[in-house]
Amino acid sequence: MDGIGASVRRIEDPPLLRGEGRFAADIDLPGQLHMRVVRAGMAHGRILSIDTAAAAAIPGVVAIWTGADVASLPPIGFRMMGLTALEPYRQPILAQRVVRYVGEPLAVVFAEDPYVAEDAEELVYADIEALPVIIRAAGPIGDFDAAHGTEPTIIRKAYGDIAAAFAAAEHVVELELAVGRHTGVPLETRGASAAYDAATGRLAMHGAAKVPHTNRIAIARMLDLSLDQLHLHEGHVGGGFGIRGELYPEDVLVCLAAMRLGRPVKWIEDRREHLMAANHSRDQLHRIRAAIDARGFVLGVEDEFWVDQGAYVRTHASTVPDLAAGMLPGPYLFPAYAAAAHVRLTNKTPAGTYRAPGRFEGTFVRERLIDAIAERVGLDPIAVRRINLIPPESMPFDRGLDALGTPLVYDSGDYALLLDKFLRHLDYEMLQASLATRRAAGEHVGLGLAFFVEKSGLGPFDDVRLELDAGGRAVLVTGAASVGQGVETSLAQITGEMLGISYLDVTVVHGQTDRIARGMGAFATRVTVMTGTAIVLAAEKLRARLLAKAAELLQQPVSALVLRDGAAQAEGGSPSIALPALIAACLAEEDAPRMVAEATFESGHMTYPYGIHLAIARVDAETGGVVLERLAVAYDIGRTVNPMLVEGQIHGGAAQGIGGALMEEFLYDEDGQPLCTNLADYVMPTSGEMPPIDILLTEDAPSGIGRLGVKGAGEGGTTAAGAAIAAAVDAALGGRVPITQLPITPSRLHAAMKQAGFE
Amino acid sequence: MKPAAFDYYAPLTTEAALALLAEHGEEGKILAGGQSLVPTMAFRLARPATLIDINRIASLDFCRADDEVLRIGALTRHARFETPFLPGPLGALLADVAHNIAHTPIRSRGTFCGSLAHADPASEWCCTALTLGATMVVANHVSERRVAVADWFQSLFTTALQPDELLTEARLPLRDESWRYGFYEFNRRAGDFALAMSVVALRLEGGVVREAQIGLGGVGTTPILAKDAAAALIGQAPGEAAWGIAAELAATCFEPTEDINASPEYRRDLVRAVTKRALRKAVA
Repeated sequence: MDGIGASVRRIEDPPLLRGEGRFAADIDLPGQLHMRVVRAGMAHGRILSIDTAAAAAIPGVVAIWTGADVASLPPIGFRMMGLTALEPYRQPILAQRVVRYVGEPLAVVFAEDPYVAEDAEELVYADIEALPVIIRAAGPIGDFDAAHGTEPTIIRKAYGDIAAAFAAAEHVVELELAVGRHTGVPLETRGASAAYDAATGRLAMHGAAKVPHTNRIAIARMLDLSLDQLHLHEGHVGGGFGIRGELYPEDVLVCLAAMRLGRPVKWIEDRREHLMAANHSRDQLHRIRAAIDARGFVLGVEDEFWVDQGAYVRTHASTVPDLAAGMLPGPYLFPAYAAAAHVRLTNKTPAGTYRAPGRFEGTFVRERLIDAIAERVGLDPIAVRRINLIPPESMPFDRGLDALGTPLVYDSGDYALLLDKFLRHLDYEMLQASLATRRAAGEHVGLGLAFFVEKSGLGPFDDVRLELDAGGRAVLVTGAASVGQGVETSLAQITGEMLGISYLDVTVVHGQTDRIARGMGAFATRVTVMTGTAIVLAAEKLRARLLAKAAELLQQPVSALVLRDGAAQAEGGSPSIALPALIAACLAEEDAPRMVAEATFESGHMTYPYGIHLAIARVDAETGGVVLERLAVAYDIGRTVNPMLVEGQIHGGAAQGIGGALMEEFLYDEDGQPLCTNLADYVMPTSGEMPPIDILLTEDAPSGIGRLGVKGAGEGGTTAAGAAIAAAVDAALGGRVPITQLPITPSRLHAAMKQAGFE
Repeated sequence: MKPAAFDYYAPLTTEAALALLAEHGEEGKILAGGQSLVPTMAFRLARPATLIDINRIASLDFCRADDEVLRIGALTRHARFETPFLPGPLGALLADVAHNIAHTPIRSRGTFCGSLAHADPASEWCCTALTLGATMVVANHVSERRVAVADWFQSLFTTALQPDELLTEARLPLRDESWRYGFYEFNRRAGDFALAMSVVALRLEGGVVREAQIGLGGVGTTPILAKDAAAALIGQAPGEAAWGIAAELAATCFEPTEDINASPEYRRDLVRAVTKRALRKAVA
């Protein structure tokens, strides 16, 4: 009763609720030193000299390094979507001759305690000669260095005859749309501890997250270690969201220092550092135009956009522009399409992925475009969407594009059906009528709706090892990772379902590079699809052995037996043999302490869940304040492993989408000084700003990829929130103040309303 | 975010605290609730050489209404006012204001007098004290003096308090039952520093406003009394017409500050809105 489909409680929670969590900061190693990073205070400049003498003189300071001390190490490489053209823009672990953003690591101090380390940090003096600062990605191309400009590449994706589409157009609708710079802000800041055992030559790093196996390979390569000399260990992780767990300069510095200084080294990031050192995201400017016919059918879409990559290209390389360009068409037919993504370097904190990377931006752009088309042809926005949706009979639908190096083929979906169900679920006509009544009474209240297509289940592989002990308990070892999303619980449910045992009898081991040879980690909403199917494959091997033995013992044909409730049994429950006895019989034959099966699932295609966001917003006309009264999310993820966890994902994702829509933005002044480096100035939604979130989960389009029919649920809570909220604000103001920029801050909205002639 | 080194004292009497203040002068800093001071120290924007923690001084932990005045001791926390401390409109005002100060953990620790001594321009208590005509009782190691609130706020984070002085008590006048109060603030999130706020006090008699004060906060370098706006209400019947005139005068009576959340022009517009809303609440 606690297998796939059950909203069981999380295995992960008891230690967390008891305060027994082991987050990065909870790891203390005997004799450890504390690392403090000296960060650039200038956005762009040539380093003339760095004076460390005064800092080094403080008692308790053990070492201070500058760029010269680590000049032999290569810069941090690309984890995915690397392009040769981006390589000159990789970040060194400490600035080499030039600083390129405020917050860039310039030097590191190692000291006996963190207070002394911070005292010393203040006394490291860098003489830096200012260079010109670039703040606007869509401005003129500047110089990154003598040999390279600030636009390393333009990523182009296209299909169909775009020229013909515009030639045949009845109308052309054009928009300029911008999404602000914001990012995931996990409750837990980054951190790492490393210890080196000179006797064995082994280095261990704690505080890994998201992609321990990949980072192990990258760090080993940078430090010139063999793989078996280095292991990464994931503890509890207080939020991932794309940004946490990527390989950053500090992770490498901690490892290098543990080796060079011969003592364990611990680094915990503070919040101010986090907001100017961990990956930023979003920050795109789109100029999009659509060729449409008289009834609002889109003949073709052309989009040119600029991505503010910040000062370096980090591990995600071209991931965000690639996804934005590839997934912008979303659920619509769009017979012709051409996108050009300008990757631009500026003097801001480097950018990477953030929950629904490229899709939050692309969905905002596309859905605003559809709303503008509806306005142009005088049709209801929902009617225009219906005209353009890909019909179910076209599934699987080959988009004719690629994303993350895989062919973009929507595996399954009935978009119109989800729309119908959602509108019924919401009692849409009544809802619109009640809002119309309120508007007639003078309230500025409106409803917006936005469609999205997500992606999940990125390959190329996942391995699992599944063990059954004599007591009938299972241990699942996976190279996936937990960033707090409930991986242990959902994978235990799948394992339990397959082996006919309770999920509580399954232990999930994840994020430990010494427990399984390879692993892909947890990102791109991949784990339930990929690891889930690997579990099915491994469990089938165990099941075959168990049932064969049960058939022999029970004198029943194998086909008549199932594993259920901790026993092998015939339909109806009798005869049966309890799992421990059955396992004992199998083990007696094998002379092994436990039954073990390994399996690999490989996939070259992603799965494509889809959904709709609906927002109801009220505008305070005098202040420009927006109150989000309600957010509803419909999501078809094929098959749900744990509805409670899926709803939790949608809630958390929605909060982040709301933040990006209404509040969160990293602002900079003209000199490149960051203006939002604490949680008072970087405004995130709190429980006080969260509306009730209404969720409709459907399972109308199971995926044919993998064995479970599941698609991932991690990002759809975020994807269309910006688009739907913008549309709701637009509707609240009667279309008089078109919303073309996120976040919709009170000052921006107030200024736009004044310009539009509001009182 | 680790503070620079400092010496720490936790005196048990006001006299001992004042002696320490006299000894350390500019280098000494009083720690009460610490809700502004401690984060500022963590950022190393403040680095007092000496902290004098007054939390163990029992005689400073009081809050009581005498005949004509509410006496608020230096250790009275914001949370003390969350449920009305006094019956009637003033207690209701203070409760309304208290609920708009930051969040529960901060309210249970931060102090009323600490807010007045810190003098953040967006402090709700500073705006309230100015509007209501508070009196500050300050002491150094030799004497005690009283400072009218009109002389208290001097500039950004700067008050009439001298380096060797402790704000031991703030006094709010208790007014008769013909007074009504209103408060409204606009911020981006519940609990944030307000982009604009207004506290108003009105004495109504015979269907018209006889006396009025309008305070503004979060819009200049100190809280501000909108005197012309208040004067324009005298003799007027409470209502939208009067509120509109007052709000207009309030919006133009100060030099707005500019920050990442609001331009000067936007701040004036916000003052229009919050003043009207505070006035409406006063007579609601």
